[in-house]
Amino acid sequence: MFSKILIANRGEIAARIIRTCKKIGIQTVAIYSEADADAPYVYMADEAYCIGKPRVHESYLQIEKILETAKAAGAEAIHPGYGLLSENAEFARKCGEAGIVFIGPSPEVIEKMGSKVAARNAMKEAGVPVVPGTEASVADVGEAIAAAVQIGYPVMLKASAGGGGIGMQVVQNDEELLKAFEGNQKRAQMFFGNGEMYIEKFIENPRHIEIQLLADKFGKCVYLWERECSIQRRHQKVVEEAPSPFLDEDSRRNMGEAAVKAALAIGYENAGTIEFLVDEEKNFYFLEMNTRLQVEHPVTEEITGLDLVEEQLRVAVGEKLRWSQEAIKLEGHAIEVRIYAEDPKTFLPSPGKITAFALPTGEGIRHELAVHESSTVTPFYDPMIGKLVMSAPTRDAAIQRLTEALEQYQIEGIKTNIPMLREVVAHRAYQNGETTTNFIEKYIQK
Amino acid sequence: MANIQSNMAGSVWKILVNVGDEVTEGQDVVILESMKMEIPIAAEASGIVKEIKVSEGDFVNEEDELVILE
Repeated sequence: MFSKILIANRGEIAARIIRTCKKIGIQTVAIYSEADADAPYVYMADEAYCIGKPRVHESYLQIEKILETAKAAGAEAIHPGYGLLSENAEFARKCGEAGIVFIGPSPEVIEKMGSKVAARNAMKEAGVPVVPGTEASVADVGEAIAAAVQIGYPVMLKASAGGGGIGMQVVQNDEELLKAFEGNQKRAQMFFGNGEMYIEKFIENPRHIEIQLLADKFGKCVYLWERECSIQRRHQKVVEEAPSPFLDEDSRRNMGEAAVKAALAIGYENAGTIEFLVDEEKNFYFLEMNTRLQVEHPVTEEITGLDLVEEQLRVAVGEKLRWSQEAIKLEGHAIEVRIYAEDPKTFLPSPGKITAFALPTGEGIRHELAVHESSTVTPFYDPMIGKLVMSAPTRDAAIQRLTEALEQYQIEGIKTNIPMLREVVAHRAYQNGETTTNFIEKYIQK
Repeated sequence: MANIQSNMAGSVWKILVNVGDEVTEGQDVVILESMKMEIPIAAEASGIVKEIKVSEGDFVNEEDELVILE
């Protein structure tokens, strides 16, 4: 096993990775920006180095600086977490050139899955269903309209390099597409340095269900069931759970097997997730592959009993997968809620200084936190300040426990989305498992 | 004269007006970026842009002046 690794990330995920490293005896190196000097993960690591100013392009995206820090500290591997450099093929490549193991798949696979058009084509070749859409990015708005007419409205306009809902919009007709095209293209160019756009059929009342995969360097791959991630605001997930209340044994197996087939076809290794859109008839379509650990990975850990970070480390160091498909457990139910520093009604960010911070305790509760009781939440990063992961033997029991836990939070100084989370969990539609991607617009913001 | 202030901490992503432009109440004049979200800032009154106090990329705090109208 590695003796020392660097974590090229921040917040709750850096803390989460450090915890597993401590458990299995790996020394940890944290990096932080000037804005994160007081973050919990910085204190948890064995060593921590400030690598620049608050904004991500001056700190957490500084590839050379991070590699220098890793080399100077004697780290043998880098865990990229999620977001930031985790799906940056150039970073993965440069790690390899520097003789440092990148904990994740190869740069070639990251590159391929990072381009929505290339990923879609790879999935089609592997025999995985994809949403009807353009085969390549469209050159201009004229081509976009022609494609939309052929596919049939409503269609989804998407940025090829996009993520987090940026550069993405549903349009109902030519006029709306005309309006949406230029703005989204500009935004994609600005955010991702790539303004390529493409068009897909929009699936009504879809669910967003993803399959967790784990693959080693020896061509073995297993699926760790699904996560139901339909409840989203601004195209970002808010509530996730495993197993999905919508799938049955057959659909679960079909999706899992399709995901494994896809991973093997592209030569995937390490932990990864294939996201599917699932329509009302349980047809599923490839959406995208996340070539990294995901925010919501803990719900999978809770139902399988596996530590995904530990498995990632083992695969990265060259060990064989320790599990056959038959050995993967599915026990109980787990629900994760993301706690965001934002207004619970408008979803506008709410940076500021935390003045009171009391968390619930009790059976089944797991917290993953980015802040402590007197942290300042800065405007430089994602608004997520932590996650509550609730486990119980059944979905009903998990909802019951979650309802009680959400009543007990006391966070002051910043606004949080906890009032909205309470509303979601208390809603009969949620309790009935009617979790579709328009849940929040339909039931909460109405 | 009316000043347009920032309603939260963040970076100035886009400035949508120039000095001398006429703006109407409710018109977006600046887009801030905070916590990876774009937040449009609108004029609370109509007027002519007299001065723009910030540049694209600047960091601003809550209640900082962005644009001065007359």
